[in-house]
Amino acid sequence: MADNTNSANQTQKKQFYKKKHREQMKHQVITFAMMIAFTMLAFGLVMAEVDAMFTVPIILVLAAVQVLFQLYYFMHMAEEGHEWPAAMIYSGVFAAVLTILALTIIVWW
Amino acid sequence: MAEDVLKSGNLPENPERATLEGRNKFMGFWFFLGGEVVLFASLFGTYLALRNSTVDGPTGQEIFGLGLVFLMTVILLTSSLTSVYAMYHMKNNDFKKMQLWLGITVLLGFAFLGLEIYEFVHYVNDYGFGFSTSAFSTAFYTLVGFHGAHVAFGLLWIISLMIRNRKRGLNLYNAPKFYIASLYWHFIDVVWVFIFTVVYLMGKVG
Repeated sequence: MADNTNSANQTQKKQFYKKKHREQMKHQVITFAMMIAFTMLAFGLVMAEVDAMFTVPIILVLAAVQVLFQLYYFMHMAEEGHEWPAAMIYSGVFAAVLTILALTIIVWW
Repeated sequence: MAEDVLKSGNLPENPERATLEGRNKFMGFWFFLGGEVVLFASLFGTYLALRNSTVDGPTGQEIFGLGLVFLMTVILLTSSLTSVYAMYHMKNNDFKKMQLWLGITVLLGFAFLGLEIYEFVHYVNDYGFGFSTSAFSTAFYTLVGFHGAHVAFGLLWIISLMIRNRKRGLNLYNAPKFYIASLYWHFIDVVWVFIFTVVYLMGKVG
């Protein structure tokens, strides 16, 4: 008897999670569609030969947003228990910005 | 609780982080990804510094073909989605479907790699754009080639996991392994987003 309710609970739990996962997957597909749209926009701007002063900042922002989508949704950083992953990636980004600034400024100077 | 993790049928909600070993792998891998960000930053910084040092060799504007790069981008982005599908089936404890989607991811990865090899061969043969043609060419091949090597490594990694675990099914021991390999695959796409923007698109704009 106890076993029965237990297994009934189990199936209920499983179904609940299945539904939850399906919802999450729907969001992932929307994320994917948006990333494809950003990519097409970036390529479109360059192919249309819009002014470089305008195009370059825009495509860099599009890339940054796309990467945030990738990190927060595809790599699940938006989910709970990802404080350390975020700390590590942002430390990496911090060092990365310094590295890129240093190397480009040396040459530009 | 002497349950054999190699045979656990009822996986918890987050099987990749349900064991101490899994949590350690998860944490350690994100630490590694933080380091990879810095590694690629040094390559990007070098490329940005040297991208106009073309000497007598061809410039990026002359050789880059946006059609091919767009195709490669879509393939890699799609492979990122298919690995999300694989992890979706992992969370539902559906081993066969997970393997299937990982297989699709691997095929897309090979398509990407094939196109990249074609691209490099095309540059070398048709434009005389070799590794030591100019500082620009060296920086270009180092950055893009390093990414390509990551793709190749990711493919070997996922294929090894698929073969090694084909008869084991999904359990708390190998779920973290699959999860981490998929994180790596997404990270490859993260780097590629900056490569197609900074190298190809900005190179074409001039």
